[in-house]
Amino acid sequence: MRNMKMHFAAIQRCLLVQQCMGTSSVNVFTSVRKLASATSTCLKVCIVGAGPAGFYTAQHLLKSRTDVQVDLYERLPVPFGLVRFGVAPDHPEVKNVINTFTQTAQHDRCSFYGNVNVGKDVSVQELQQAYHAVVLSYGAEGNRKMGVTGEDLAGVYSAKDFVGWYNGLPCNKQLQPDLSCETVVILGQGNVALDVARVLLSPLDILKTDITQSALQALEASKVRRVLVVGRRGPLQVACTIKFLREMLNLPDTRTEMLASDFEGISDTLKDLPRPRKRLTELMLKAVKEAKEETDARKRWGFRFLRSPVEVLAGPDGARAAAIRLAVNKLEGSGDAARAVTTGQVEDVECGMIISSIGYKSLPIDSSVPFDLKRAILPNNLGRVQDTSGLYCSGWVKRGPTGVIATTMNDSFDTARTLLQDMESGVLDLSVSKAGSGAISALLGSRGVRVVSFPEWEKINTEEVRRGEVNGKPREKLLDVKEMLSVAWS
Amino acid sequence: MSLSTTARRLFNVSVSHCSLTLSRYTTTAKSSSKAISLTCPSKLYIPRREISYSNVAGPLRSENKVTVNFVNRDGEKITVKGSPGDTLLDVVIDQNLDFDGFGACEGTLACSTCHLIFEEEVYKKLGPVTDEEMDMLDLAYGLTDTSRLGCQICLSKSLDGMTARVPESVADIRQSGDGSA
Ligand SMILES: Cc1cc2nc3c(=O)[nH]c(=O)nc-3n(C[C@H](O)[C@H](O)[C@H](O)COP(=O)(O)OP(=O)(O)OC[C@H]3O[C@@H](n4cnc5c(N)ncnc54)[C@H](O)[C@@H]3O)c2cc1C
Ligand SMILES: NC(=O)c1ccc[n+]([C@@H]2O[C@H](COP(=O)([O-])OP(=O)(O)OC[C@H]3O[C@@H](n4cnc5c(N)ncnc54)[C@H](OP(=O)(O)O)[C@@H]3O)[C@@H](O)[C@H]2O)c1
Ligand code: FES
Repeated sequence: MRNMKMHFAAIQRCLLVQQCMGTSSVNVFTSVRKLASATSTCLKVCIVGAGPAGFYTAQHLLKSRTDVQVDLYERLPVPFGLVRFGVAPDHPEVKNVINTFTQTAQHDRCSFYGNVNVGKDVSVQELQQAYHAVVLSYGAEGNRKMGVTGEDLAGVYSAKDFVGWYNGLPCNKQLQPDLSCETVVILGQGNVALDVARVLLSPLDILKTDITQSALQALEASKVRRVLVVGRRGPLQVACTIKFLREMLNLPDTRTEMLASDFEGISDTLKDLPRPRKRLTELMLKAVKEAKEETDARKRWGFRFLRSPVEVLAGPDGARAAAIRLAVNKLEGSGDAARAVTTGQVEDVECGMIISSIGYKSLPIDSSVPFDLKRAILPNNLGRVQDTSGLYCSGWVKRGPTGVIATTMNDSFDTARTLLQDMESGVLDLSVSKAGSGAISALLGSRGVRVVSFPEWEKINTEEVRRGEVNGKPREKLLDVKEMLSVAWS
Repeated sequence: MSLSTTARRLFNVSVSHCSLTLSRYTTTAKSSSKAISLTCPSKLYIPRREISYSNVAGPLRSENKVTVNFVNRDGEKITVKGSPGDTLLDVVIDQNLDFDGFGACEGTLACSTCHLIFEEEVYKKLGPVTDEEMDMLDLAYGLTDTSRLGCQICLSKSLDGMTARVPESVADIRQSGDGSA
């Protein structure tokens, strides 16, 4: 097998050299012998961000052209973006995509450079000078704010930080949320909101995969018994997908607590809905109908509709959140486009913890790169960043922070196709040779930045798996960038 | 034909020449999902349709094979053979079929990238759909009434000669967000 692999690599290299030289000899096997030792690729592309968008863009480029070298620059010493730091610990199967990403990273013409913060350690302009094309795939590292008084009180968290905490994102290590209250209010009804609700209510054995040990301990001591998931619009507008709702309904030892009045008239609309929305709504209606007072269930959860946050109310100490004031809304219009309009009424809900899950948000990376502040994305046309040349984007930073990995995959393939088109049509000047990673490594070196290579990440990986075994888990993530680096470079 | 296409074609030919089934990369899950679930320490997950594995009982004689036609995104027809009990995802992987992004979650019902569209007659023979499969299908692009997830369909002799179409994944069928809207 090993020989096969080497043979495979040699054929590949030979084809690439042939192409660079503008020949296309049919006699592949003779050429293999002649050119097996030759290297060098003509076209140099770099990708900023090693999440799903970065990897899928790289995969498509590498597959489509044999003369392209793809370098992935990643801020953290570890790859995979939200697959590592977002996807919930009780969904390990989603993380299977890592196997494909690893194959891409190990490809002969792909290199991973971790621990490089683009925009700080190296500018996008510098990358553009060193590469024929630069693809920005740096995701959405910020979050939308509720913009209400009291948002900064203790006990109020963004879902992004809360998720980062249980998934071991280094910058959220210190969060240590106080789980000593009984009721938690989550604002927003997307899949992230339900991820958080599930983590708060699930039995620990379901979570015991790669969740951090400290989060597991905190959840073990948690007093949370009731989670309300609050949306500004109605049941026909919930943002979550049906799989997530079903998981909530199936949580052990947990009763679903909806308000039947919220669903009046909903069943009449079913027949006109598209299949996904129809099935989702039917499942909610079924849950409302079947809801019974199961006295032995210790925990409860439910959706609350037509409520927008107005103010977080502090408890007697003036420092900690004790309740949230919600505006009561009504809907204007119908279907997906319906808008929530306040009725002027408000309602207070007592709770000890508030998690705002109203969406992630991309941030500008570098002053030289155009950014649409209103939509919080890179303004682009089919992945070409507007008013620039040689600059592309894919993933959440291209279309906003929505969509599952499959959406991100398709959108990244689209960007790769655009880039390939520009290569073939001459929009990109490929006649100049570019220094690629050589130039960037020199720059980084002069700035005291040392990169983490893919084999070095694999050392971190091995160490995490080893530590996991100690705790009876598949992995115990390292939580500290310094520690990651010392393992990588050991 | 562009130079790159020529090279790619050549390249594919040489690969099959060496009968190399496990290439280092190209489209998606190149190595079989079975192998990965055994070797990858982080995967605690047990595939829901174990039937697809338990049914594969040793080498099967070629007359037991089932012929499957795929129509790829470019409309090209590809005819391959699979063993009864294999899932359509197994067939795509074993035969090294180049459908970009197909089978991202490796058959664990967590991605919907193995979406296939069938003819009405074939669809009826595929057997019941679980709620969990429907839930994932609801996220698939270009969902039709005869759509199924390839990783959930096991081959049987009665499906011999069937055709499965890989849906396009172009921007115009894409709905905003997850497709759940
Ligand atoms: C909490 C949560 C759970 C989710 N669960 C699922 C799920 O179960 N199933 C599913 O299909 N989808 C899920 N998704 C959606 C999925 O994660 C996204 O579709 C996908 O990750 C988006 O990919 P991306 O590459 O655009 O962004 P990201 O995954 O965020 O990747 C961006 C990468 O860029 C890096 N980066 C950022 N700034 C810089 C910089 N300046 N320089 C260099 N690198 C930088 C980041 O470190 C990161 O690695 C979830 C999303 C969230 C938020
Ligand atoms: N396994 C998975 O499939 C999985 C898991 C997790 C996440 N994801 C994906 O990741 C993406 C992001 O998820 P998400 O939950 O962060 O986002 P999301 O699905 O867009 O949900 C955001 C929620 O916040 C609400 N909201 C937005 N702005 C608001 C405001 N100003 N005030 C009150 N409410 C507001 C939205 O309501 P409106 O509808 O009224 O705007 C919506 O309910 C989604 O596409 C999701 O599917 C997928
Ligand atoms: S391969 Fe992911 S759902 Fe079938």
